[in-house]
Amino acid sequence: MKPRQKRMFLAGVALAGVVVAAALAINALRGNMAYFFSPSQVVAGAVQPGEPFRLGGMVRSGTLEKSSGSLESRFIVTDNVQQVAVSYAGILPDLFKEGQGTVARGELGRDGIFYAEEVLAKHDESYMPPEVADAMQPMPYNKDGTRTPEPLRPAAAGKRSMKVIRSEPVDLTVPLHQVEINNQ
Amino acid sequence: MKARYLLPIAVFLAIVAVFGLVLYQVSQGRNIREIPSPLIGKTVPEFELPLLLKPEQTFSSEQLKGQVSLVNVWASWCVSCRYEHDLLVRMSRNIDISIIGINYKDERMDALKWLRDMGNPYVASIFDHDGRVAIDWGVYGTPETFIVDQQGIIRYKHTGPITAEKLRNEIMPLVNKLREAGDTV
Amino acid sequence: MIPEIGHFALVVALFVALIQTIMPVVGAYRGIPELMAMGRLAARAQFLFIAVSFAMLTLAFIENDFTVAYVAHNSNSALPIQYRIAAVWGAHEGSLLLWVFMLAFWGLAVTVFSKSLPEHFLARVMGVMGFIGVGFILFILMTSNPFDRLIPGAVDGRDLNPLLQDPGLIIHPPMLYMGYVGFSVAFAFAVAALLGGHLDATWVRWSRPWTTVAWLFLTIGIVLGSWWAYYELGWGGWWFWDPVENASLMPWLAGTALIHSLAVTEKRGAFKSWTVLLAILAFSLSLLGTFLVRSGVLVSVHAFASDPERGVFILAFLVVVIGSSLGLYAWRAPSVHVGGRFELFSREMLLLANNVLLMAALAAVLMGTMAPIVLDALNLGKISVGPPYFNAVFVPVMLPLAILIGVGPLVGWRSGDVRPLFKKLRTVFMVSLITGVVLPLMAVGKTTLMVMASLAIAMWVILSSAQYLKERLARRSGNKGLSAGVYGMVVAHAGVGVFVIGVTLSSAFSVERDVHVRVGDTVQVNDFGFHLDEVKSIRGPNYHSDMAQVTITRGGEKVGILTPEKRTYFVQTMPMTEASIDTTFFRDLYVALAEQRDEDGWALRVYHRPFQAWIWAGPLLMALGGILAVSDRRYRVSAKHVVQARQKPASGPVSGGARA
Repeated sequence: MKPRQKRMFLAGVALAGVVVAAALAINALRGNMAYFFSPSQVVAGAVQPGEPFRLGGMVRSGTLEKSSGSLESRFIVTDNVQQVAVSYAGILPDLFKEGQGTVARGELGRDGIFYAEEVLAKHDESYMPPEVADAMQPMPYNKDGTRTPEPLRPAAAGKRSMKVIRSEPVDLTVPLHQVEINNQ
Repeated sequence: MKARYLLPIAVFLAIVAVFGLVLYQVSQGRNIREIPSPLIGKTVPEFELPLLLKPEQTFSSEQLKGQVSLVNVWASWCVSCRYEHDLLVRMSRNIDISIIGINYKDERMDALKWLRDMGNPYVASIFDHDGRVAIDWGVYGTPETFIVDQQGIIRYKHTGPITAEKLRNEIMPLVNKLREAGDTV
Repeated sequence: MIPEIGHFALVVALFVALIQTIMPVVGAYRGIPELMAMGRLAARAQFLFIAVSFAMLTLAFIENDFTVAYVAHNSNSALPIQYRIAAVWGAHEGSLLLWVFMLAFWGLAVTVFSKSLPEHFLARVMGVMGFIGVGFILFILMTSNPFDRLIPGAVDGRDLNPLLQDPGLIIHPPMLYMGYVGFSVAFAFAVAALLGGHLDATWVRWSRPWTTVAWLFLTIGIVLGSWWAYYELGWGGWWFWDPVENASLMPWLAGTALIHSLAVTEKRGAFKSWTVLLAILAFSLSLLGTFLVRSGVLVSVHAFASDPERGVFILAFLVVVIGSSLGLYAWRAPSVHVGGRFELFSREMLLLANNVLLMAALAAVLMGTMAPIVLDALNLGKISVGPPYFNAVFVPVMLPLAILIGVGPLVGWRSGDVRPLFKKLRTVFMVSLITGVVLPLMAVGKTTLMVMASLAIAMWVILSSAQYLKERLARRSGNKGLSAGVYGMVVAHAGVGVFVIGVTLSSAFSVERDVHVRVGDTVQVNDFGFHLDEVKSIRGPNYHSDMAQVTITRGGEKVGILTPEKRTYFVQTMPMTEASIDTTFFRDLYVALAEQRDEDGWALRVYHRPFQAWIWAGPLLMALGGILAVSDRRYRVSAKHVVQARQKPASGPVSGGARA
C-alpha cells in the first residue's frame, strides 16, 4: 500500500472505531442511567410503577420497622413535604438511621410502595448526598428567626401510612380526621 | 492539518466550561437543582373557585390575564407560610403588584383568622378547600409562589418561603421585565 | 510552636517553589548556567521545607495537639499511634499536604537521578515542577491550611473517621498519590521538551523509567483501594465505578497507554507528538481527579470536602496548567517530524491499536463520570450512571486489548509476517481455547459462553507471553541473560491474564447470601457450612464491638473460624462492619456481621467467591513487571555514561529513527 492509501485506511478504521464505540457507549449510557427523584416528585407522578430510579430523602423518625425472622425492613422517606414508603429485603448499611439521609435504588410497585434493591446511607456524620440535600425542602423559620423542623403529619397507623400518598401535602398540624387519603 | 493539534485543548476547554458552570451554580446558592415546574411557559390551568372572603363570588383563571400577578399558595396550617407572610404584607403595601392567594386545603375559619391576625396581602384569595386547583398547578407543598404574566402564562415558580433576597434578585426583575414586554405588545 | 513551624516551613516552601519556577526557566531561555543550576538547588530546598512541614503536622498528631483544628477534627487521644500518623492524610487538608510532599519528593528524585540530563532541559523540568508546587502550596495556604489553630483548644479530638481506621488506609493514599503525582515528572519532561522545541529520542528515553515508576505506584494504590473497599466498605464488592475510583482509573489508563507509546517512540521514533500528548494527558487526568475529589462537583462516598471556593481555585489552576500545556502542544507539535514508517501489520500498528483501545476505554469512563455532572449543570435532571454502563462499555473494549497483548510482542517492528505468527501461536491458541472451556467446569462445575471466552482470552495472554519469553530465551546470544525489561513486560502481561481470570470467575460464580440467623444456626453456601457459634461483646482501644464466631465446615470437616465484627466507635458513635475473610489460592470465604435484628437474631452476609485473590494478584504482578522494567540495566548504565547516552540518537535500529 502506498503511504497515502495507508493513511486513509488508518483514518477510516479509526473513524469507524470511534463511531462504533460512541454508539455503544451512548446506548449503554441511556440504558443505565438512573434518575434521582425526591418524594415530592414521586408523589407528583414523576415516575411510573416499574421504572427504576433512585429515591432520596430523610428516613422519617419512628417509621423504621424491621421484621423479625427475615431481613425485610420498611421505612418512610420524606423530603419534609411528601413521603414515600420503602420496603427493602436485605442488609441495611451501617450508617442507616432514622432521621438521616438515605438514597435507595429500586422501583415503585403498583401498590405505591417503593421496593428498594439497594439502600445507601451517608458516609460519615457530616455527609449528606448532595441530591438529598437538594431534595430536602427548606426548613421553615420561626418568627424569631430560629429554625425548627416542621412537625410532620402524625403517621396514619398501619399499612396506610406506608403507601405513597399521592397529591397530598404533609399538612402538619391538621388533625387526622380532616385528612382524606385518596389514592387515585 | 493544524486543527487536529487544537482538538485536545478544545475538548479540555469544553470540560472546563461544564465544571465552571457547575461551580458557578453551586456558588450562586442552593436552588440550582430545584425541580423546575413543567408548567413554566404554559398557560395557567383553568379553574373557577369561590373567594375566601366572599364565598358567593368566584374567581376564574381568566381573571389572571391582563396584568402581571404573583400567585401565592398558602395555608393557615403551614408554618413556613408564616415566615414569608410578613414579607408579602409589606410587598402589598409598598410595591405595585397584585398578589393572588390560593388558600390550600384549609378551613375557612382558620384562614380568615390568619388573615385577620397577620394582615391580608392578597387582592383576592381563592378558597381551594380540596386542593383541586393546586394539583393542577403542580403544587408540591406550601408555600409556593408563581409569577403569571399578562397573557396568563406561568413564568416562574418558587418552592418554599420567598425571601427578601429572592424578591430583590429574581422576582421583581422578572416582574418588571414582563411588564415592559407587555407594554410594548 | 510546632504547628507554627510547620506553617512557616510551608510558606518558605512556597517562595522556594516560586524561585524554582522562575529562575531556571529564565536561565534556560537566556542561557545563564548559574540561574539554571538554581532549579536543582531549589527543588532540594523545597523538599526539605515541605518535609519539615509534613513532619510538624505528624508531630502534632502524635502529641495529640488538639489546639490544631485539623488534629482536633481527625484524631483522638484514644486513637492508636499508627492511625494517628495515618490520620495526617485522613482528611482534605492533610491529604493535600501529602500530595505536595510527594511532588517535592519526585522533584528531589529527578535532581538525584537525572544528573545526566542536559542543563537546559533539567532547568525547564524543574521550572515546570516548581510551578505545579506553587499552585498546590498556594491552594493549601489559602483554602485548606492544616495548621490553623483552634482557640481554645479541644479537650479531646473528634476522632478519625472509623472507616479510615484500617491498615489499608495507612498505605493506600500515599501509594495512590505517588502514582498521581509521579506523572508530573513525565508531564514536566514533555512540557520541557515542547518548550525547548526538541522532541527527540532523548526526551523519550528519560521519560520511560519515570513513567513506569509512577504507573506502578498508581497500580498498587488502586489495588489497595479496591482491597480496602472489599473488606471495609463494600460488603464484598471490590470495584464500584464510583467517580473517585474512576478518577484514579483514568490516569492509570492514560499512563498505560503512555508506557506503550513511549516504547514505540523510543525504539522507532514514531508517534512523537501523540506520546507528548499522552504525557500531558496522564498528569492532566491526575489533576482532574484531584479536582473532582476536592471541589465537591460530584457525588461520591469518598469525597470528604466539598467547597465551591476550593473548586474555583483548583479549576483556575487546572486551566493554567493543562490549558497552557495543551496550548503549547498545539503550537509546537505540528513542527515535529513524523517518525519511522511502518507497515499495516507491525508492532507499531498493534501498539497503536493498544493506544486506541485504551483511549476508548478512557473516553467511556470519562463519559460515564461526567454525564451526571453535565446533565445536572444543564438542568436536564439528576442521574447516576451505574456499574452496568461501565461494564457494558469497558469489557468489550478490554477483551480485544487482551487479545492484542498476546500478539503484540511476537510481531516485529516495522513490518511483521502473519504466517509464521500463525504457526507460532497455533498451539497457544488451541490450549487457551481448551482450558477456557475446561477450567471453569473443573473449578466450579459450570460455565457460560462469556466465561469461556474470557478465560480463553486470559489463558491466551498468559501462554503467549510465555511463548514470547521462550522465543527470546532461545534467540539470545550466548549466555547473556535477557534484559530485565523483557521479564518486566512478560510478568506485567501475565498479570493481565491473572486479573482477567480472577474477575471472570469471581463475578460469574460468586454466591452471596444475606440471611437472618440465630446463634446455633448454620448457613449453607455451595458446599460450605457457616455455623454461628456465638456473638460476644469485646472492647477495643476506641470502640466496643460485637464479635461473632463463625465456624466453617465442609463435608463435616472444619475448614476454619471467622470472626466478623460489628464495631461502634466511642467518639463518632458510628457502627462499622469488619468483615472476616478466609482466603486461599482458589477462593475467598467472606462473612460480615450486619445489624442485630432481634433478641438473638443477626443479619449475616456470607460469600463464597472463587478466585477472588487473583483480582489483586493480577495487578500486583503488573506492578512487579513495572519494578522489573525499571531495574533494567540500561537505566543504570545510562545514568553513568552521561555524555555518550545523550549523543546517541536512539537505541535500536538507527535507520528508522528520525527521518531528517
